[in-house]
Amino acid sequence: MKARPSLAFVVQLAFTLAVCVFLVVPIVLSVAAGLTVNVFVGLDSGLTLRWVAEVWSGYRDTIFLSLGIATACLAITLLLGIPLAYALSRSSSTFARFAEELLVLPVAVPGLATALALIVTYGSLRGFRTSWTFILVGHVLFTLPFMVRSVLAVLGAVNVATLEEGAASLGAGFWRRFVDVVLPSCRGGILAGALMVYTLSVGEFNMTWLLHTPLTKTLPVGLADAYASLRLEVGSAYTLLFLLMIVPLLVAMQRLGGARVR
Amino acid sequence: MRDRGWTRALLVPGALFFIAFFLLPMARLAVIGASGRDGLAAYAAIVTDATYRSALVATLAVAAATTAITLVVSGVAGVFLQRNRFRGRSLLLALLTLPLAFPGVVVGFLVIMLAGRQGLIGTITNLAFGHRVVFAYSLTGLLTGYVYFSIPRTILTLVAAAEKLDPRLPEAARSLGASGWRIVVDVLIPGLKPALLSAGAICFATAVGAFGTAFTLATRIDVLPMVIYTEFTLSANIAAAAALSFVLGAVAWAVLAAGRSFAGSTVAAAG
Repeated sequence: MKARPSLAFVVQLAFTLAVCVFLVVPIVLSVAAGLTVNVFVGLDSGLTLRWVAEVWSGYRDTIFLSLGIATACLAITLLLGIPLAYALSRSSSTFARFAEELLVLPVAVPGLATALALIVTYGSLRGFRTSWTFILVGHVLFTLPFMVRSVLAVLGAVNVATLEEGAASLGAGFWRRFVDVVLPSCRGGILAGALMVYTLSVGEFNMTWLLHTPLTKTLPVGLADAYASLRLEVGSAYTLLFLLMIVPLLVAMQRLGGARVR
Repeated sequence: MRDRGWTRALLVPGALFFIAFFLLPMARLAVIGASGRDGLAAYAAIVTDATYRSALVATLAVAAATTAITLVVSGVAGVFLQRNRFRGRSLLLALLTLPLAFPGVVVGFLVIMLAGRQGLIGTITNLAFGHRVVFAYSLTGLLTGYVYFSIPRTILTLVAAAEKLDPRLPEAARSLGASGWRIVVDVLIPGLKPALLSAGAICFATAVGAFGTAFTLATRIDVLPMVIYTEFTLSANIAAAAALSFVLGAVAWAVLAAGRSFAGSTVAAAG
């Protein structure tokens, strides 16, 4: 026999469901608005892909630029971040703590401040300032700590040092061990970090808004533009395209983290 | 010993990138902040100038309210989800953590969907009371956005922390006759304190530095990031913008560092 749920259970469940409604309903509203002929009339006016098509023809460059920047950002954070994480896992704990603290600064400091700092320092290099690589630099600063921490967490959990000693005793040199032992053992951390880096780069706005130029508009910059100046349906359709890109990444992240937070 | 050299060498590319594109620019920003008409006094302007001071107060107030509301809401939902097993639980948890990395601009737009001129709340209140309730374009709207933004990550942190709590503690308390409320106050909150502090610090720092949400809701929300943006773009007052953003950065960093020193480490992401 199942006991009847207690009052406390019911109240807490209702509360949790209410929070869920608060988070999910606006998303549903926005998706619906992006597919509605006229949002002021409501769903009765009929469904259409017209707004999505309008966004696609007017703003698809922003989508491609964002995907390009996120891919480049991922490549760089892998190249810089994995070696950094490994080196930090082998360093004295005082140094590692200090380095980590520094590395997280671009995340702790508001993006606006970082972007201003980059502009006052490198803004006069015209070719750099107007290129998409200027945005890329900001994204790498912002996402690098996520890659480093994700890999570091795995390096701390798996006993890579012992595995490496084993490999070394069999005569494997440093690089051989790095490629054949270290990289495979932190695969999970690399994957989790990669998803995070990609998702954050695609959605980054705080820095990008100051770093972009009229010719280097990313997806979130285009979104802000559309919200400010275009009709509600177009903004919603644009948001819909953004959600189609980012939700699979978020779901993949949840799956991956599923083992940790059951 | 040669391994040591290699290990050090692995630090070099990342370190060079970080120095060139973060430490040097930040140092330059600090110098420029003091190079304006007012010199070093620009750094004090955040409290001496009436406009900046009221923006600072508004920013801190919104951040404090965001933190308090998010912690209570996520605490109740997170602990409930961790302590009970029922059908649909994992779906509920998945939905609650789905907006984890939504950027601030998008969150702002969602607030407009909810509480804007054509928003759901306005429509419902219009039907029910013949009066449209619209609060998206105010500090309340901003607060709503920041709470929306902070709930997913805070729930994630608190569920993980609640998992590590010894389930025998609340049971022991109950067998000793403690009421549900006493268990919350005497067992759960103390047990979750480190997680609450670090998650709270992240909420606070994010709300202090975030820009996207305010920018979307826009018009007349005078929080510090908006003031900095206006100084930089409209007034071309680069020194003031630099000084203000340096101070803002220091505040956000200090809050996070304090939160981290209380508890394990989590990385925050400002939207």
